[in-house]
Amino acid sequence: MYAFDIKRPRSVEEAVAALADGEAQALGGGQTLIPTLRQRLADPGTLVSLSGIAELKYVRMEGDVLRIGGGTTHAQVAREAAAHYPALASLAGRIGDPAVRNRGTIGGSLANNDPSACYPAGALGSNATVVTGAREIAADDFFQGLFETALDEGEIVTEVRFPVPEAARYEKFIQPASRFALVAVFVARFAGGVRVAVTGASESGVFRWAEAEAALAADFTPEVVRGLTVQAEGMIGDLHGSAEYRAHLVGVITRRAVEGALA
Amino acid sequence: MQTTLKINGESWTLDVDPRTSLLDALRHHLDLTGTKKGCDHGQCGACTIILNGRRINSCLTLAVMHDGDEITTIEGLGEPGRLNPMQEAFVRHDGYQCGYCTPGQIMSATGMLDEVSQGWPSHVSASLEGDVPLSREEVAERMSGNLCRCSAYPGIVRAIRETAGEVSE
Ligand SMILES: Cc1cc2nc3c(=O)[nH]c(=O)nc-3n(C[C@H](O)[C@H](O)[C@H](O)COP(=O)(O)OP(=O)(O)OC[C@H]3O[C@@H](n4cnc5c(N)ncnc54)[C@H](O)[C@@H]3O)c2cc1C
Ligand code: FES
Ligand code: FES
Repeated sequence: MYAFDIKRPRSVEEAVAALADGEAQALGGGQTLIPTLRQRLADPGTLVSLSGIAELKYVRMEGDVLRIGGGTTHAQVAREAAAHYPALASLAGRIGDPAVRNRGTIGGSLANNDPSACYPAGALGSNATVVTGAREIAADDFFQGLFETALDEGEIVTEVRFPVPEAARYEKFIQPASRFALVAVFVARFAGGVRVAVTGASESGVFRWAEAEAALAADFTPEVVRGLTVQAEGMIGDLHGSAEYRAHLVGVITRRAVEGALA
Repeated sequence: MQTTLKINGESWTLDVDPRTSLLDALRHHLDLTGTKKGCDHGQCGACTIILNGRRINSCLTLAVMHDGDEITTIEGLGEPGRLNPMQEAFVRHDGYQCGYCTPGQIMSATGMLDEVSQGWPSHVSASLEGDVPLSREEVAERMSGNLCRCSAYPGIVRAIRETAGEVSE
């Protein structure tokens, strides 16, 4: 690791002030950033640790929207969102393993936007809104390709708002060595339409599968997905699976997600 | 940077570089070498400790992030001559071969039993409510973060289920 200073603010206000320095970077649960630092792939002058900020950790319903604080761990979401939004709680409860879930946070996961991560699919599939100190960003605008988001330098995720759908399911085909998604799909049916968000598959990160959304809006059954295909071009091909294999899996996993949402 | 860690009930004040992982602080600064380093990347679970009641990987956190936090390591559970029930069960059931992953397995299992006693369901639990019977499948899912290269899993699972009171032998 390169040398850095560390700040341990107790409030969002203090954290925002500490991050105003251009060399500073937020540290959430550290489950991604610490290995990255260890590989010398990042060189922040100052780390601003968010884990001591109590006001960033909560799960609560307000009206029909589930609000989750940006510093809330996956384990807390898995437990506390279960009664309100079971599909999202189930997504959180399958990230990595229990030790990772006890530290990793929703804000860190979304800000990182790993192409194989789970929360980006949950947020995009739910039409969530990412809230930062300064503004509100719709999920459709938030994810901007591989490891890229709409966040500015030093901007932190303070809350994520999830409208709760009528039916939803996160279907994850795991890559058993890393437990990340080889391909995973979040399907959500709202009164006004269906959203299908796919992670693990595309070289440009999480995406919405528009064709499946249109077909499922007309007829929310697994059968309508059967006739649809996804192009292999632009899909990730690596030692775990070729681009063609991933393209095929998108259809299969979407079908299973719809089955799960209906069950 | 000065940090005070509460480890196994004792307070230690250390002066460490901010880069020091909690794992390295335990092993190199405090000589608590029971906690092992396997991958240093969060993938094997050898470094599992309990932080404020919850199991975490000590390689993926910095010592200076834990000022005032309560930490339990394998030494805090018991030592040769006064092993705790989980440690004894691992011995009785041959829950290891080389033993390298064992402290992490035992810490993780300890954290896991507490999660179960608080009614946390897992992905494989049949119901989100009520008591969770610790079937082999439940144990495998809940212990998925702890790898054993020697593949002593059958003994590990027996030791955990026996300690949880699921099987009597
Ligand atoms: C063994 C293992 C298995 C895993 N498996 C999965 C999996 O199956 N699915 C999955 O989705 N993920 C998986 N992960 C990743 C895990 O979910 C991480 O928790 C997550 O990617 C990052 O969250 P964090 O809080 O640890 O962030 P950090 O590692 O602290 O930070 C990650 C990035 O986000 C930034 N950041 C952190 N918090 C905020 C914030 N509030 N606002 C703005 N920026 C912020 C940081 O500056 C950094 O750039 C796994 C990790 C490990 C180690
Ligand atoms: S050494 Fe920490 S998980 Fe492997
Ligand atoms: S006993 Fe050798 S790695 Fe588990």
